[in-house]
Amino acid sequence: MNPPEQSFRVVGTRPVRPDGADKVTGRALYGTDFALAGMLHGAVLRSPHAHARIRGIDASRALALPGVKAVVTGADFPEAASVAIAGESAANLRDIARNVMARDKALYEGHAVAAVAATSPAIARAALALIAVDYEVLPHATSIAAAIAPDAPLLHDDLFTPGLKPRPETPSNLALHVAIDTGDAAAALAGAAAVAGGHYTTQPVHQGYIEPHACVAQWNADGQAQIWASSQGAFMIRSLVAGALGLKQADIRVTPLEIGGGFGGKTTVYLEPVALQLARQAGRPVRLEMSRSEVFRATGPAPGAVIDIRLGADKDGMLVGAEMTFHYTAGAFPGAAAHPAALLALAGYKVPNRKITGWEVVCNLPSSAAYRAPGAPQVAFAVESCLDELALQLGIDPIELRLKNAVGPGDTGPMGLPHGQIGLIECLEAARAHPHYSAPLAPGETRGVAAGGWANYGGPSTAAVALAEDGSVLVTTGSPDIGGSRAAMAMMAAETLGVPYETVRVTIADTASIGFSFLTGGSRTTFATGHAVIAAANQVIATARARAAQIWGVAADTVAWRDGAAHGTAGDSAGKVLTLAEIAGKAANAGGPISAEVGVNPAGWLPGFGVHICDCALDAETGQVKVTRYTAIQDVGRAIHPAYVEGQLQGGAAQGIGWALNEAYVYGADGRMENPGFLDYRVPVASDLPMIDTVLVDKPNPDHPYGVKGVGETPIVPPLAAVANAVSRAAGRRQRHLPMSPEQVLLGGDA
Amino acid sequence: MSKLHITTTVNGDPAEFLCEADDSLLAALRGPLGLTGTKEGCGSGDCGACTVMLDGSMVCSCLVLAAEAQGRRVETVEGLAEGGALHPLQQRFLEHGALQCGFCTPGLLVAARALLERNPDPSEEEARYWLAGNLCRCTGYDKVIRAVLDAGRDLRQDHGEKVA
Ligand code: FES
Ligand code: FES
Repeated sequence: MNPPEQSFRVVGTRPVRPDGADKVTGRALYGTDFALAGMLHGAVLRSPHAHARIRGIDASRALALPGVKAVVTGADFPEAASVAIAGESAANLRDIARNVMARDKALYEGHAVAAVAATSPAIARAALALIAVDYEVLPHATSIAAAIAPDAPLLHDDLFTPGLKPRPETPSNLALHVAIDTGDAAAALAGAAAVAGGHYTTQPVHQGYIEPHACVAQWNADGQAQIWASSQGAFMIRSLVAGALGLKQADIRVTPLEIGGGFGGKTTVYLEPVALQLARQAGRPVRLEMSRSEVFRATGPAPGAVIDIRLGADKDGMLVGAEMTFHYTAGAFPGAAAHPAALLALAGYKVPNRKITGWEVVCNLPSSAAYRAPGAPQVAFAVESCLDELALQLGIDPIELRLKNAVGPGDTGPMGLPHGQIGLIECLEAARAHPHYSAPLAPGETRGVAAGGWANYGGPSTAAVALAEDGSVLVTTGSPDIGGSRAAMAMMAAETLGVPYETVRVTIADTASIGFSFLTGGSRTTFATGHAVIAAANQVIATARARAAQIWGVAADTVAWRDGAAHGTAGDSAGKVLTLAEIAGKAANAGGPISAEVGVNPAGWLPGFGVHICDCALDAETGQVKVTRYTAIQDVGRAIHPAYVEGQLQGGAAQGIGWALNEAYVYGADGRMENPGFLDYRVPVASDLPMIDTVLVDKPNPDHPYGVKGVGETPIVPPLAAVANAVSRAAGRRQRHLPMSPEQVLLGGDA
Repeated sequence: MSKLHITTTVNGDPAEFLCEADDSLLAALRGPLGLTGTKEGCGSGDCGACTVMLDGSMVCSCLVLAAEAQGRRVETVEGLAEGGALHPLQQRFLEHGALQCGFCTPGLLVAARALLERNPDPSEEEARYWLAGNLCRCTGYDKVIRAVLDAGRDLRQDHGEKVA
């Protein structure tokens, strides 16, 4: 099969999503829309201190309050084993268990220390006030500088920096060391015709999904449990809850509710183990939900970063060497995507000599979580800013400079293997040819450009395809639909089977009703779960052909499948046709109902690259920056449903613009977050943004039947530098610190 | 503590419910009235997910007391589709792919209808400012704004046909 020459009936069209009517009429059930009879309401007591030893907790007064049915603290959770969990960003089961409920220490303001379940939300809240926690307040560190200072308060006395050889003799807050050293970067930079560099900083930023975390848990007397939750993976919840509470996976059935945004932030558990433990004690179902303030103080954020970089080029603009050291805030527990950051920092360019050193730093912030292309945006901000500086120094067009150095198919990738059919060069060429790039700028406006990419992922997925008696098609997966993936699944099934899109319906099943699927995350679902759907559809076709052959009395391999029907080719069957509906109608009495469930773990996913162009107007008096025009260009392989692919580019760009201009966690000297709400943590609103134009560059992935590449992560990588490069030109000073608030732009020095 | 008994009109139909004096209208809609289409994203008036109409004015239902609904008209996303037919705004949102997760959608739809009722032919800028109180983290607003402007066109045409 040669994807570029395929023609399609369904792939590439823009049908209405199967779950659309439910979502525009208010019928779709999200995290807090689901309820059970007799359900209790939970609430979580959170540490007011950034760092404190918990000497004791007295919940007796809370338990005595009428209507309170259960109180749990760290002592009610088993000591979880230290098991590494791989994922969008790797984590450790023991850390996850301690993050959902503190044991001996509270590690950030907002860290859960106790929880109650009561007959009403008001009683649950009142009960929290009656729980007495005896804290020994400890010194805290909420910044990288404070956490790595010689006298820094230690978060974990058993943390001996992994990745350092030899193993350090004393514990520290350095939670991971990664190093890449190829060639001789120092010598290359010494001989470079132009060197750009500096000290770059970014702040922790929240994923900002509008739906707060929520779940309902129920425990039966026989030890079987059920959880209903909005998350990026019901199977993730099953395995993490089982691990944290020491239960068998088959005894936990997790039903995915609709999810109101995730962006990586709903790839772990916060409430579910606590709700289940409360339900177990109370003997009744329990709902736990977070307020917005809890979401900010106890979930997310993406790591903040401090980056020192030097990037050198020869006089023709060929990159010769790079040196980069970065520190990322992991928050309370290790895990801040330093590994992908180090691998991806220069992944788009051929740089023969490179020395990259990365550190993760634990500190008294919420434990960082995955956020779209985890690890990549921060380092890309520094690298793409340096490229802009080099272009200015050498008098080379910024896109031209990137084209000179861009990687293409066959070039060595970050893992040392040759790249497959990647499309960075095509994206740069599309950007250069785009009318936006050559459009004249209005007075006072400037233009920035930046590129970026993400490795993407495959991973295990299961899908089932079943035929109803009338030939309509039921697809079942275990991949939560965050942004229209039901539509993509239905389209791939319809394309494969040769039936109309409208005859296919998709269900996202609970963990007892379909085989395992990894998270919806890492830009894997359309690729990997799509593979599973296509494979299951192909099995259904094979069965349908066999049934037709049986009816016609011919060999199955003489029956062709096209346009949703079996076509006879041999003997008397030649010219005969049986449609899928006809075969399905006879199936029950002629061999049995037709269905197939297929589990896959497909290789062959490809990285996605994008190039963004941003026009800004800077108000020289106020320092206010307004994005006036924006274009996002990305190699998407092939878009199954272009509107939802464009939407990924537009949404990621908007989030990146927010990261660049407004968003930041702000901490006071007391270690408490000062802006845990949307009023003070300002995400972009409609009036902040222009239309976001998109260009979908099609360079199909030969390892996917329909050419799919992951698209969701990449769009947040280029915007930080695209905006900063525009603002730097307007301000006449390189912008190295995010967010580029008015004060920062007007007064901020080059710290 | 005795509860308040509130009599009101929701989406054109008479309705009554019991609430505490400090319950929000959002809590009453989602709780005793069972209308969970209206969402809570912040509870503090900053996200617009809870947008409803109260006597024809657009409000954040998380900031309105449930008791204030006494004798007034409340309209929610559940009342947008009439007789099973989607409102042009709902139709255009679906056609444009103007929702990804869909959590902001009920609030955006109610706010957008209020805009088009006041101004059937808004400019892009007018639409952006009117909807600035409705956060959407997924879409970057592009398709949302296009859907709203297209729905305005549909409504003007409908209106034109009726007049003609
Ligand atoms: S929930 Fe009312 S404005 Fe956010
Ligand atoms: S579609 Fe998810 S917040 Fe708007």
